[in-house]
Amino acid sequence: MNLKIKALKKSLWVYHLSGGSCNNCDIEILDCLTPRFDIERFGMTLIGSPRHADVLLCTGIVNKKCVERVKEVYEQAAKPCVVVAIGACACSGGIFRDGYQMGGPLNKIIPVDAYIPGCPPKPEAMIAGIVKLLEKLK
Amino acid sequence: MSDNEKKKKVIVPIGPYHPLLEEPEFFALYCDGEKVVDVDWQPGYNHRGIEKLSEGKHWDQVTFLVERICGICSTSHPFAYCNAVEDLVGVTVPERAKYIRCIIGELERIHSHLLWVGLAGHFLGYNTVFMWAWKYREPVLDMFEIITGNRNHYAMFKIGGVRRNIEEEDMPALRKVLKEFKAQLEMLTHAVLDDPVLGARLKGVGVLTKENIKDFGAVGPVARASGVAIDVRKDEPYAAYPMLDFNLVTTDNGDVFDKAVVRLLELFESIKIIEQSLNAIEGTGGDICAEVREIPSGEGIGRHEAPRGECFHFVRSDGTNRPVRHKIRAPSYTNIPTFKASCIGQMIPDVAIILAGVDPCYCCTERIAVYDACSRKKQMYDFAQLVEMSRKKTEKLKKEI
Amino acid sequence: MNVLETLKEKLGGRIKDTKVRNERRIYITVDRKALKDCVRIVFKDLDARYIIASGVENFDSFEILYHFGFDSAGTIVSIRTYLDKNKPEIESMTDVIHGISYIEREMWELLGINFTGHPNLKHFLLRDDWQEGNYPLRKENNV
Repeated sequence: MNLKIKALKKSLWVYHLSGGSCNNCDIEILDCLTPRFDIERFGMTLIGSPRHADVLLCTGIVNKKCVERVKEVYEQAAKPCVVVAIGACACSGGIFRDGYQMGGPLNKIIPVDAYIPGCPPKPEAMIAGIVKLLEKLK
Repeated sequence: MSDNEKKKKVIVPIGPYHPLLEEPEFFALYCDGEKVVDVDWQPGYNHRGIEKLSEGKHWDQVTFLVERICGICSTSHPFAYCNAVEDLVGVTVPERAKYIRCIIGELERIHSHLLWVGLAGHFLGYNTVFMWAWKYREPVLDMFEIITGNRNHYAMFKIGGVRRNIEEEDMPALRKVLKEFKAQLEMLTHAVLDDPVLGARLKGVGVLTKENIKDFGAVGPVARASGVAIDVRKDEPYAAYPMLDFNLVTTDNGDVFDKAVVRLLELFESIKIIEQSLNAIEGTGGDICAEVREIPSGEGIGRHEAPRGECFHFVRSDGTNRPVRHKIRAPSYTNIPTFKASCIGQMIPDVAIILAGVDPCYCCTERIAVYDACSRKKQMYDFAQLVEMSRKKTEKLKKEI
Repeated sequence: MNVLETLKEKLGGRIKDTKVRNERRIYITVDRKALKDCVRIVFKDLDARYIIASGVENFDSFEILYHFGFDSAGTIVSIRTYLDKNKPEIESMTDVIHGISYIEREMWELLGINFTGHPNLKHFLLRDDWQEGNYPLRKENNV
């Protein structure tokens, strides 16, 4: 069952993965669950295991200690799986790009389908980005 | 504990990924049945090499870099860093800027403690507390956006003062948000502190004594909950704090319940501070930044009472346009290791809330996997399961009470 | 409490140099062999609070500053000691201050300073397979 059909049939299961971030993007992702933004009305839920994930939301630079784990999580995720890089760090490394711990950016480690830049991107920007991605997949 | 002894115990790692333990972190718990006997902390998953990056940026750029050490206490690091450089240079910040700094610092404390209350509620199975706390956070983030331009990472601090003014036209909105928030906070505080199940769940759990606090150098609400009355705003008043009237909140038991009490009651003090600061600057003018042209050679130390405790920065200059050395110590660096004292002897279902009780801002600090040492089989609980165990314990207590 | 006077009284001849930036910032230099004694006096006898230790690489030496807080006086005292540039090494303070073990591991892996007697000197922030001899915070490594 490819992602297009899945998206039409059931709610999307989203798994959040941080590869060494300042946590701001992660908090804004969690903010999407709260009453003001409530991503559940778009049919999205955050899940606790990558195995059933349809969407991987990744934040952080992917520091050298995290590289294998990010790959592992990607392997574990059921395919097809969409990877979204959230925040300036995941998109390009952001302000940490020249550091000695830089192992990414994300698209050097796993294939990325969508980029949502920002530091951090507002919840509205994240929702808009994901909805845009889903429209494109349909 | 000898290697052989360690191998006999079951190891319960926590981490590295769980949506509500926001950052990847490793804690290896050594367990004897249901009881924890030792904890090992293996960070590094958030280490981004910030101290080194700082040496390659000029003094003003560093404020943007250190903001991004941590998203939750985003203004605490620039605050401490600016204090450090101002200590080195010997410059005094203009009065209006001092009040603005305090307003931003205390608004951050409000949003950070609310975030913590929400997470703690979630770990215990009180999802409504999570939703309420984060809902009440939103107007605070809106105010940040109005005053500074961003919900997080406010870029307000500059060596010598602040970058932006708080405009007169924004002050009524800020006062309104504070007034509404005070009522919500009162309700939330009563809901949390008067609940008998929460009391049964959190009292006597994860206790830290005064000796533990001293041994690890723990700071902030973690120390104040154990009766150690330290707070940089009182010990070495900086910015506008010498001019402001507020209380230090301490309790004596050192358990997770006390840590919650300290955090919630501190927020009432934060509201007082912001109101007094607004009164001081409303209707007046003044510079918001002293001019600092050069950083001479020398060294400086600055600190700020972040939501999690004392944030400490040490800078050294050789007279050029960038720091020669920038040492950053976030409060969680000394708070997190207290797990060695607070988790040992406790039961596994309580570990999630004990860990959360310290309000670990892992990303500040550096910057639970399971493997059974004997059989090498994956006989473990991941963090989601630990949270589940924690919730089940709460359910059980609800039925008993 | 007059922190500077108390320090001079208790540490006596161990102090090689004093720098007082202002009444809240005191820097004292001691010989590396006298360091443990000084740390013990300041942390235990004078009941100061352990804040952190900063490792610094200079042109001709390594330096470690141990920062302590005298909270009732709102003062920070930094005890400074210099180490040999070619073989930077010092005794671990973990038997005096339990919590200092982590920053010592960090200084070891980022700056290459050896802490003799440390119970657990292994990688803390960096990967376990990080290249030996590659100390990221050293000046020879550019940003």
